[in-house]
Amino acid sequence: MEEILSLAKKVAEEAEVFSATSEETEVQFEANRLKRLDTKQTTNIALRIIKEGKTGYAVTTRRDNAQALVDSAVETAQFGIAARFQFPGKLAYPPVKIYDAYVDKVPIEKMILLGEELIARVTNHTPAIVIEGGVSKGTVSVRIVNSRGGEAEYRKTFFGVGMEGNLIRGTDMLFVGESKTSCHVFSDSKEVADVVIEQLELAKEKASVQTKSLPVIFTPNGVAGALVMPLVVAFNGKTVLEGASPVGNKLDQKAFTDKLWLWDDPTVLYRPTSRPCDEEGVPSQRTTLIEQGRVKSFFYDLQTATLAKTKSTGNGSRMRGGLPAPAASAFIIGTGNAGYKEMIQEMEEGLVVEQLMGAEMGNVLGGEFSGNVLLGYKVENGRIVGRVKDTMVAGNVYQILSQDIAIGREAKWVGSFVQAPHIFVPSLSVASKS
Amino acid sequence: MTIEPIGRELTDVIKKQAADYIEVHLEESHACQIGYRGPELESVSRSSSVGGNVRAMVKGGWGFVSFNDLNDLPGRVRTAIEQARFVGKGESKLAEVEPVIDTAASIDKNPAVLSLAEKKQKLDEYNQIIWSTPELRTSVIAYGDGYKKTVFLSSLGSFIVQERADITLRLTAIAARNGDVQQAGLSVGSRGDFAEVGNLHKDVERMTKHAVALLSAPHVKGGEYTVVLDPVLAGVFVHEAFGHLSESDFVYENEGMREIMTLGKQFGGEHLNIVDTATIPGLRGSFKYDDEGVPATRTYLIREGKLVGRLHSRETAAKMGEKPTGNARAINYRFPPIVRMTNTYIEPRDVSFSDMIADIKEGIYVKNWYGGMTSMEMFTFSAGEAYMIRDGKVAEALRPVVLTGNVFTTLKNIDAIGNDLDMNQGGGCGKGAQMPLPVSNGSPHIRIRHCLVGGK
Repeated sequence: MEEILSLAKKVAEEAEVFSATSEETEVQFEANRLKRLDTKQTTNIALRIIKEGKTGYAVTTRRDNAQALVDSAVETAQFGIAARFQFPGKLAYPPVKIYDAYVDKVPIEKMILLGEELIARVTNHTPAIVIEGGVSKGTVSVRIVNSRGGEAEYRKTFFGVGMEGNLIRGTDMLFVGESKTSCHVFSDSKEVADVVIEQLELAKEKASVQTKSLPVIFTPNGVAGALVMPLVVAFNGKTVLEGASPVGNKLDQKAFTDKLWLWDDPTVLYRPTSRPCDEEGVPSQRTTLIEQGRVKSFFYDLQTATLAKTKSTGNGSRMRGGLPAPAASAFIIGTGNAGYKEMIQEMEEGLVVEQLMGAEMGNVLGGEFSGNVLLGYKVENGRIVGRVKDTMVAGNVYQILSQDIAIGREAKWVGSFVQAPHIFVPSLSVASKS
Repeated sequence: MTIEPIGRELTDVIKKQAADYIEVHLEESHACQIGYRGPELESVSRSSSVGGNVRAMVKGGWGFVSFNDLNDLPGRVRTAIEQARFVGKGESKLAEVEPVIDTAASIDKNPAVLSLAEKKQKLDEYNQIIWSTPELRTSVIAYGDGYKKTVFLSSLGSFIVQERADITLRLTAIAARNGDVQQAGLSVGSRGDFAEVGNLHKDVERMTKHAVALLSAPHVKGGEYTVVLDPVLAGVFVHEAFGHLSESDFVYENEGMREIMTLGKQFGGEHLNIVDTATIPGLRGSFKYDDEGVPATRTYLIREGKLVGRLHSRETAAKMGEKPTGNARAINYRFPPIVRMTNTYIEPRDVSFSDMIADIKEGIYVKNWYGGMTSMEMFTFSAGEAYMIRDGKVAEALRPVVLTGNVFTTLKNIDAIGNDLDMNQGGGCGKGAQMPLPVSNGSPHIRIRHCLVGGK
C-alpha cells in the first residue's frame, strides 16, 4: 500500500489507498442436507487521487501491479469531479468492539452442527418442509492510508445463521425464513428455529381479506421490508443536496409523528455493520436522523458534506468497490410503549405483515410502496386466524409515519442493517383477489 | 501474468486427484464505470480483477474455494477436495457431457477500446436532454462496461477459453413539484457494442417528459383489471413469473415442486410458447459454453401451453434423469455456477396491438421495466409507465403501478399474444447473492385478464 501511495504522490497532489481483504467460510444446506462447503479469499485495493483538483479512481484485486493502478486513476482524473474535500489527517478513533478471536477458531464441525440442529428443530415441527440454509463466518481487514498522514486500520469478524423453508401443499407454496448475524459465534440456532416455527404455526390456516382500507401491523421484518428503504434514500445527504429528498427542506421541522426516532449507528458493539471509522477514515458516530418526529440531520461522506457546507457524519461507503458515497451503516428505529400482543388484541379486523415482496419497486423517492404480502396474517376479533395470499398493501411512508401509529416496545435486528420494533398503522390500502 | 498458461499447468494436476469431479475457473476482467448525479459527471472509475475458483465433488458433496491470489493453485485444489470430503456422504451424480477443448474467443465490439472521452460525450448529450426539461429536479445516470476472459478446465479433460463484453446503461429523470417527487427510468444494454446504446436521444426525451407528466397523473385504484403489457414488461413477466420456476435447482430435491412442475402439465392456452436459449448472437444472455463447460442449447419451457422442459445444471439434470441444457452460470469467479436463465421469451402469435385493446372497456396498459421479483408461486413486478385503457383506447397516464399474481392462474389468464416480439437487453437478474447476471428477456404485447394491481 505504501508503494502505491508513494507512486501516486509523484503524479498527484493528494492520494488515498484503501484495502480490504476477507476470508470467509460457509457451510451450505440444501433440501435439509449438508451440500457444500465454501471458502472465499478476496482482496481489493482502491486508489483515489486528486490531480489538478479533480478526483481520479481505480480499483484492483491484483497485488502485483501498482503502476497500472496509478495509471488508471490518472486517466480517470481527467474527467473526474472537482474534489472539494481534504483527506483526514491523523485522527483518534472510537473503540468499537467488532472482533472476536473465537470466530477464526470455531471448528467447521461446530458450524455444521448448528445448521443440522436448526434443520432438525424445524423439520421436527413440520416434516414436509424443504430447507435451504447456511452457517457462515469470516474476518474482514480494512486499512486506509492517505497523503495527509491519515491512517486507519481495523479487523472485524462476523458470524451468521440463516434459513429459508418452503412448504408446498398442492400448488400452494409457503415461504418462511429467518436469519441472525453478529460478530460473535452463536452457541445455538434455537432462536432462529423458533421464529420459523412460529411462522409455520400462524400460517397453518388460510384466511382472506376484501379490497378495502384496514389497520395493519408491520412486524420488525415487515418494517424493514416496506418502510425503511424510502427513509434510507431520503436521509442520504446526496439526495438532500440534489433537492430530491421529501424531507430535505425540513431540517429541525416536524415531518413525522412525535413517537418516531431514527438513528444511524455504526458503533453498536459486536454488530457486523459496526466499525471505528468509515471507508474514508472519518471516525464513526451515532447520528440522530429523526428525534420525536423532527428531522435532525442527514448522513454524509466527505465530498457531499463539503458541498452541503456541513461535516461528514462518517458515512462514506464504497458500495461494490466504487468511489466513496454516503450510505447508511445501520438504521435503528426507536422503540415505543405498545405491546405486539396488545396491538393484535385490540384489532377487530386487520393484517399482520411479516414479508412484503416488491415493496421497493415503486416510487421509493416519493415514499410510495406497494407490495405483495409474501408472508402475512389476518387478524379477526383480536386474534390471528390464518395466512393471507394474493393480497397487496400500498401506501406512502411519509403519510403512514405521520399518522397516529403505535410503536412496539421491543426491537429486533432484521438482517444486519435494520433494528426495528413492530409498527401499528391505523389504516392502509389493501387490495385482494376475491 | 495471464490466466491461460496458468490454466494449462493445472490440467495434469486435477487429473491426478482423488475426487469424483474437479473444475477450475480462472478469470481476468476490466471494467469502467461512469456515474452522473445531477448535471455533472460525478464519478468515473476503472477496475481490473483477476481471480479464480476450484470446485470439487466427492460422494455428492461439493467443496468450493475462491481466491484472488493465484499462487499455489495446486494447494487450492487440495483444499477444495478436502472440503468436498467433509460434506460428501452419498453418491456423486452429474449428467454426462463430452469434454470440450475450444477457444471461443473473439468479440466483435470491445467497449474497453473506446476512450473515456467518447463515452462521456454521449452521456453528456443524454444528460443535457434531461436537464432541458422544466420541473426536472435531478437526474441519475449509471453507465458500466466490462470485458472478461475466462478459462475453464475440468477433470473430464475440458479446456475452454471464452471472452465476453457487456454494457449497461440506466438513466433516471426525477421531477418534483410542491414536495411531490416522481421519477421515470430507461434501462438498456448490449453485448459490448457501444453503438447500441448511442442513439437514445428520443427515448431519453420521452422518459424525461413522462417523469414530469407523472406529477399531475392520478393513482390507479387498486383491484383486478384487464392488463395489456408491452414487450419489455411482458419479457420481465415471463422471466419473473415463469422463468425462475423453470430453474431445476428449486425443483430437483423438492417433492412438492416436482409434482407441480410435472412435464406435460397444462400451464396456459395453446397459443403460449416460452423459450430459453443462449444461442442467439448479440443478446446479453448468450454464450457458447456455460460455466460447467456445457454447450448452449435452445430449450422450450412451454409449448402449446404445456410444460415441456426446464433449465438444468449437470447435477440437476442427472438427478432428474433429463438432459443438461447448459444453464449453469456464475456472475464471477467468487461464486459457484447455479441454474440460471439466459435469453427468455414468449414466441410471437398474430394479434395486433389495436385488436388487443379494441374490446377493453376499462383496463390498464403497462409499459417498461422498473423491477420484478418472484417467490415461485407469486410474482410481482412494477411498470415504468402505466395508462388507463378506456373504450378500446389508451387514455390518461397513471402513477407507477405494481402488478402481482399467482403464476398458475395468470399464465392461463393470458388471452391474447401479439405479433411484435422484441427483446429487452436492459435487465440484470439476481438469484441468491449473485446479481446482476446479464440476461435478456422478451415478448410481443400480451393481454392478461383479472390481473391484480396495487393502488389506493
